[in-house]
Amino acid sequence: MSKARTSLARTGAVHFALIAYTLVALFPVFLTIANSFKSRNAIFREPLAVPTPETFSLIGYETVLKQGDFIGYFQNSVIVTVVSIALVLLFGAMAAFALSEYRFRGNTLMGLYLALGIMIPIRLGTVAILQGMVATNLVNTLTALILVYTAQGLPLAVFILSEFMRTVSDDLKNAGRIDGLSEYAIFFRLVLPLVRPAMATVAVFTMIPIWNDLWFPLILAPAEPTKTITLGSQIFIGQFVTNWNAVLSALSLAIFPVLILYVIFSRQLIRGITAGAVK
Amino acid sequence: MGSLQLKSIRKAFGGHEVLKGIDLEVKDGEFVIFVGPSGCGKSTLLRTIAGLEDATSGSVRIDDLEVGHVAPAKRGIAMVFQSYALYPHLTVKDNMGLGLKQAGVPRAEIDEKVAKAAGMLSLEPYLARRPAELSGGQRQRVAIGRAIVREPKLFLFDEPLSNLDAALRVNTRLEIARLHRSLKATMIYVTHDQVEAMTLADKIVVLNAGRIEQVGSPMELYNRPANLFVAGFIGSPQMNFIEGERLGDTSAKTVGIRPEHIGLSRDGGDWKGKVIHVEHLGADTIVYLESERVGPLTARLFGEHRYAADDIVHATPVIGAMHRFDADGRVIKTGE
Repeated sequence: MSKARTSLARTGAVHFALIAYTLVALFPVFLTIANSFKSRNAIFREPLAVPTPETFSLIGYETVLKQGDFIGYFQNSVIVTVVSIALVLLFGAMAAFALSEYRFRGNTLMGLYLALGIMIPIRLGTVAILQGMVATNLVNTLTALILVYTAQGLPLAVFILSEFMRTVSDDLKNAGRIDGLSEYAIFFRLVLPLVRPAMATVAVFTMIPIWNDLWFPLILAPAEPTKTITLGSQIFIGQFVTNWNAVLSALSLAIFPVLILYVIFSRQLIRGITAGAVK
Repeated sequence: MGSLQLKSIRKAFGGHEVLKGIDLEVKDGEFVIFVGPSGCGKSTLLRTIAGLEDATSGSVRIDDLEVGHVAPAKRGIAMVFQSYALYPHLTVKDNMGLGLKQAGVPRAEIDEKVAKAAGMLSLEPYLARRPAELSGGQRQRVAIGRAIVREPKLFLFDEPLSNLDAALRVNTRLEIARLHRSLKATMIYVTHDQVEAMTLADKIVVLNAGRIEQVGSPMELYNRPANLFVAGFIGSPQMNFIEGERLGDTSAKTVGIRPEHIGLSRDGGDWKGKVIHVEHLGADTIVYLESERVGPLTARLFGEHRYAADDIVHATPVIGAMHRFDADGRVIKTGE
């Protein structure tokens, strides 16, 4: 029975490590949300305390909702993130399919070229991108952001997805060809459902930097109607005075959409893993 | 309907030539098996016939029609894969009917054909299930059913039994033989298992390193192998090869004798030797020995025999069962 005991000790150690990590990871989130419901004085007096009836205040949320078009910022962020993810997944998967499935001259070179973007930050090209957007009259539109984020997300998507697509059974694709499925049908109906876990991973990796980005919204779309939530929150951070109630409330609100998207993708992830594959 | 002609098929991947000129004629209703060691090109040849690979040169004709530029779905073929390759998101019924659905066959007709094929393979109870809910044998039956439903001119099997366990393999083998009799269809079957080849085939094609070594019925290959490769590949345990010089036979470089054509005796015989290892299989006893004159020998005796390691025995070959090969490995024809 020594085997059972050691495994109990091991499980205990693993759980201790996981719980400790969870606490560390959740602490800033807890701090942000708890303090967003407190009055200004309470935030500074006891930053670690949970809101009590005396210190409870919704002043932060009231400021956020009153000042500026916050619903609009939200909407902008959601539109930009969702459309970019959709485009990254679609084009990334198509490129990955071509690279993994077809033999053609320059296949490996093309794969390397597409993966180059992982190593070179897209921000290096900001000036050129801005000039391009000015020339095409796309400054201060959400389209500009979507295009840039799609370009930013594609390299990693192509890299991860092409590795996964190589693992999809050739026999399955060939069976589809013999049954008369077109290459598009093979891609959409046979291959994509099987690489769904990888798609979910790519979606999560693509989503977070886009949602949190301040750089490109500030440069390409700083106008009021196209501000994203990250840019919108900046108005509460001043050089001399920062409205902490409002900043914390805005951040708390900004957590939820990401959380919802994450839940959606992680469920896909689990479903993808459990669905029966070839054998 | 269902004949196939291959003319000087070559296939190269990059600079590496996998098929080096294959000529073959398959008549309507024949069961032809491609057999050979791993990497001999047998699967590539099957894929070329299916249209999944394009031949670098040469022509593939099905029913006297050149199909070199015809898509796989339009060649009138059906293929069964080693890994079953069932569509994981479709039910058994939809898996079997997809090919017809893509070809625009009316639903009622598809249902009828699927029901008929399911009846032949006893798959009726599983029609509403998905592949993940079936056992390996059932999945392979569904894959075979998917091929039957298409009513193809040619059935192509790519090592269909390799993923099944031994008992299931025998059952499915019988099932395929029964199907061939009842459908009278032309079937081409790839395997590396010579038992499958010997038991199923009307005609065996032995491939090695991208070339056809010999084509013939199972018994032709067993009794009259054309060269050393075929002689060594067909038959288990492998044929014994003895240098001609050791036997005082200067006209043959190598002499072959099958293990079942060697008799053993304790009292006396042609080749004296020491037993190295004995395998008791019940129906057979396989004796490995090191003989003084001709080197290592394998003998296959029928029934049980009480030989043990280190026994001294005498081996005697059956007269007339020897195969003689020249320096190029080709058989030396004896007057027949």
